[in-house]
Amino acid sequence: MSLFASGNQTVGPYLHIGLEWLTTRDIAGKGVKGERVAIAGRLIDGDGMGVSDGLIEIWQANAEGKYAHPEDTQKKPIEKGWRGFGRIPTDGKGGFRFTTIKPGRVPGPGGVLQAPHLVVTVFMRGMLRHLMTRIYFPDEAAANAEDPILKLVPAARRATLMPKKKGKTLEWNVALQGKNETVFFDY
Amino acid sequence: MKKIVGYRRPHPGTQPAYNYPPYRSTQKRCPTQPLVLPPQTISEITGPIFGHGDVKPSDSDLTRQHKGEPIGERIVVTGRVLDENGRAVPDTLIEVWQANSSGRYPHRTDQHNAPLDPNFSGAGRTVTDAEGRYRFVTIRPGEYPWRNHHNAWRPAHIHFSLFGQAFLQRMVTQMYFPGDPLLPYDPMFTCIENEAARNRLVSVFDWESTVPEQALGYRFDIVLRGREETPLEKMP
Repeated sequence: MSLFASGNQTVGPYLHIGLEWLTTRDIAGKGVKGERVAIAGRLIDGDGMGVSDGLIEIWQANAEGKYAHPEDTQKKPIEKGWRGFGRIPTDGKGGFRFTTIKPGRVPGPGGVLQAPHLVVTVFMRGMLRHLMTRIYFPDEAAANAEDPILKLVPAARRATLMPKKKGKTLEWNVALQGKNETVFFDY
Repeated sequence: MKKIVGYRRPHPGTQPAYNYPPYRSTQKRCPTQPLVLPPQTISEITGPIFGHGDVKPSDSDLTRQHKGEPIGERIVVTGRVLDENGRAVPDTLIEVWQANSSGRYPHRTDQHNAPLDPNFSGAGRTVTDAEGRYRFVTIRPGEYPWRNHHNAWRPAHIHFSLFGQAFLQRMVTQMYFPGDPLLPYDPMFTCIENEAARNRLVSVFDWESTVPEQALGYRFDIVLRGREETPLEKMP
């Protein structure tokens, strides 16, 4: 049997009505091991304006580099109750902020370990199907240098996947267009 | 780890483009640089798992979330969630949201001068059963105007959000109603080039799920991305 997938459609301007109940700004609860990080930034449109009717979702491994999913068969420990999912609607100025733990390294193509990263989906009015991107970590220079996915990104654009340290927060923006347009992935 | 068996690429014409000029807001919100196409990894073929413990049975009846009953025509929306290989997607979270029967959302940015309904919030969720089936009870949403172009009206629709079993199966879509005269004028609907794919977003009247003397039934099946076939082992 062979079907084609249903078409994606925009979340529209009233996405909060259906999606806000699952808002998760603290991805790693108490008792979860790992280095705590706070990540904040803005969703920015082609006019440089904040996207107030947007939402990002995060999917990540725990500090050991294991996903809470039956297809991750690595023999690594996982905390009870660990899900690794975040959902953060933007505020009136397009801003978002969440806290989590830095994930461990997970296997990548060709047996090369991937650098620690968060998988990010981006939804908003004016976007007919969501976009996917990644957040890497600036203090992981050695791992980033050998990451098989980062290697596919033109060197000049890699910085868009790398938050900047600002005090205790990692600052990371999603720019849909413009000079610093974020790298998006299509799998 | 076992070898990664990836998810199929979309069939041409079945998914909307990021830049679709008839939907004006896409112009400042679409990427202008080419997307990067990496191999699928364990990070994408996994995804959050939500189960029956994450929803209450009452979450799937949008007509029973307040003291009184909402105004409007009660409907039952049922269907199956499948993948492109025709396999059921069991135990997966579905979230829905919609306007009330007069075409108004209870949202601070909805300025349409149609009445709000104190007995209707317009949000629901459920988890599919072992065969991928789901069922919502709600009221038929109203059409409403928007400012995309002169005299623009959205056809009646219900927003659906699904997770599937992998982040690559994540999908947000909209369900429409059969025979809606607004469909050919709606850029959300026309953004899908392939006619058969476009019509997959239109529910069908379903006599069998219609509840006598209570509510009309509409069937809406949803297909998520499916796996590539497992590569054959080396031939002898």
